[in-house]
Amino acid sequence: MKSKPKIAIIKFASCDGCQLTLLDAEDELLAIADAVDLAHFAEASSRLDAGPYDVAIVEGSITTEEDRLRLLRLRQECRWMVTIGACATSGGIQALRNFADHEEFIRAVYATPETIHSLATSTPIASHVRVDFELRGCPVDKSQLLEVLSSLIAGHRPRTSTESVCQPCKRKGTVCVVVAQGIPCLGPITQSGCGSICPAFDRGCYGCFGPTVQPNMAGHSQGVLLPRMSERDAVNLLRGFNAAAPSFQQESVRLWQITQTRDSTR
Amino acid sequence: MTPIHLGNNSDATSTSSKSSSNHTQDRNQWPHGFLPKEQFPAFIDLLNQSFDEVIGPRVDQGAIVYDAIRSASELPHGWTDVQSPGVYRLERKSSIDDSRTDHSCEEEYFGYNVGPHSWKKYLFPPLTTLMKSKKTTDGWQMEMTAEPIKRRVLLGVRACELAAIAIQDKVFLTSGTVDPIYQTRRNHLLIIAVNCTQAASTCFCTSMNSGPECRSGFDLAMTELSDGFLVEVGSDAGQTIFESLKLRTVTTDEIDRGRTRRARAVEQITKRMNTDGIRDRLLSQLENPHWNDIASRCLSCANCTMVCPTCFCSSVDEVHALTDDEIVRQRRWDSCFNVDISHLSGGPVRDTIRSRYRQWLTHKLATWIDQFDTSGCVGCGRCITWCPVGIDLTKEVATLCEESS
Repeated sequence: MKSKPKIAIIKFASCDGCQLTLLDAEDELLAIADAVDLAHFAEASSRLDAGPYDVAIVEGSITTEEDRLRLLRLRQECRWMVTIGACATSGGIQALRNFADHEEFIRAVYATPETIHSLATSTPIASHVRVDFELRGCPVDKSQLLEVLSSLIAGHRPRTSTESVCQPCKRKGTVCVVVAQGIPCLGPITQSGCGSICPAFDRGCYGCFGPTVQPNMAGHSQGVLLPRMSERDAVNLLRGFNAAAPSFQQESVRLWQITQTRDSTR
Repeated sequence: MTPIHLGNNSDATSTSSKSSSNHTQDRNQWPHGFLPKEQFPAFIDLLNQSFDEVIGPRVDQGAIVYDAIRSASELPHGWTDVQSPGVYRLERKSSIDDSRTDHSCEEEYFGYNVGPHSWKKYLFPPLTTLMKSKKTTDGWQMEMTAEPIKRRVLLGVRACELAAIAIQDKVFLTSGTVDPIYQTRRNHLLIIAVNCTQAASTCFCTSMNSGPECRSGFDLAMTELSDGFLVEVGSDAGQTIFESLKLRTVTTDEIDRGRTRRARAVEQITKRMNTDGIRDRLLSQLENPHWNDIASRCLSCANCTMVCPTCFCSSVDEVHALTDDEIVRQRRWDSCFNVDISHLSGGPVRDTIRSRYRQWLTHKLATWIDQFDTSGCVGCGRCITWCPVGIDLTKEVATLCEESS
């Protein structure tokens, strides 16, 4: 893409944290503004140009019918679509509703439930439209986001690693918290990108960047989680920011069923 | 103090094999001396004055890691560790009730087993900038990044780790292509080895013929006794330091005590791997169904390859600035457990955990021999301890080759 790409940053159901990551890139912000045409970035500017766009950078998940239709229109208005963050790539923390009775949640939370029109599930953007590139994370990592932007400018596919969180841990010299402290950790089955922050502070990985390419979920539960925590706690750990990422979801459902079977036989 | 010249005898490209063979033959001709414990802190100070960096063991993050050591007080005095597959626990030496040893409650500087780090990070750094290029009016200007030379001491190198360095010497220096980063770092190294006087349950150097006694590849080697260190010279650079220490000669009693302590390490090694004909035995098992059993446990997380002191895979990436006029070429540790490492046109060649574990194990123990004329394993046991699910390669090999372990 040799001319200045016209970029729109569009949000659906999300906390805005991923867009903030772009604003956090203070040292690079002027270069970004210089290299691209930021046609629509509501968090940064009152300029809100209509499409078509070369690239739509999409944050957030689809949780209402209104948003679903807005997304379908947006897809027709952009050449490439890049989704950023756990909400857009797996449904986000709000996908916890997928495991429960959504109507019951609405009745419990809102004074006038009849005014709430939301879908029963929170789903990633790619469940509805074709997505050209997904950038993981809760929130996305600044340097990975810059890699995506600079790739768009240079006109090649972004180079973001698909390795496990363990590998940046090891390169940094972080001692494994599973082995040395017995702390349950999602690192071995989670994709890197965050810089392996939590284990460097004596915490297990929370899986913010979602599952690796070929995660051995059952092997991980058996070997890493269940020797150190109950099935219920393992379910809660897997149901975090990427609860509805397919492999995390399947494993948390499997572990939940184990607890249910055991409870019913008691 | 006399400057210590590392150039001649630490030049790994030409002399590592020479000096080691010299040393093995003439071992008793090199001088031995006794360094009393009271003088040990001054010895560490001397090393710090004579070198840019002294790297040694220290307690950090619940383990004994390798890091810069500025004084003897930073060493893990009185600390040890207990290891088993997937488990490492740091302990005070006095808390271990070990009836097998005469000195169970004694505080030692080097009374621990190899930990999560290996010396490889100082010779083959985890992340390195290889080159920078900048777009100018005259086109792209390339600039090779030459890192500042650091003269380093590696303090506390164990026999299995000396063997690992010798293997990486083959990989990076003498098997065709010379890696200039490794070479420069290697040529400016003083290696102070320490003989093991204990072993972890995960150690199996005796099976790999790599320890526990340090026989070659060091400048100085020490055996820790309760009251001091037996110091043995292994090179001219070691000799220079040895002379500056003005040590008295060792007594027969001290030699005996050192021998007893080294024997204790041998006695404590209970893990075994049958290496007889291991290349052919393993390669005849490529379709063994047990690989599926391993793949059900293996997470393909690559921890084993990261902690392995001989694993040498890396990948090179070009990182460019937003302005598209500046590119940095970076090299970082990679692993055969990553799907992307075998990605060719059409997709990854090793697309399952089974195929990736099989590749790692058969390379490490079998085809490494074809490639480098040595096993890729030194029996340090790191891949066993630091595997988060505790996969023990010695057990897997025994099962694959149907032995009773």
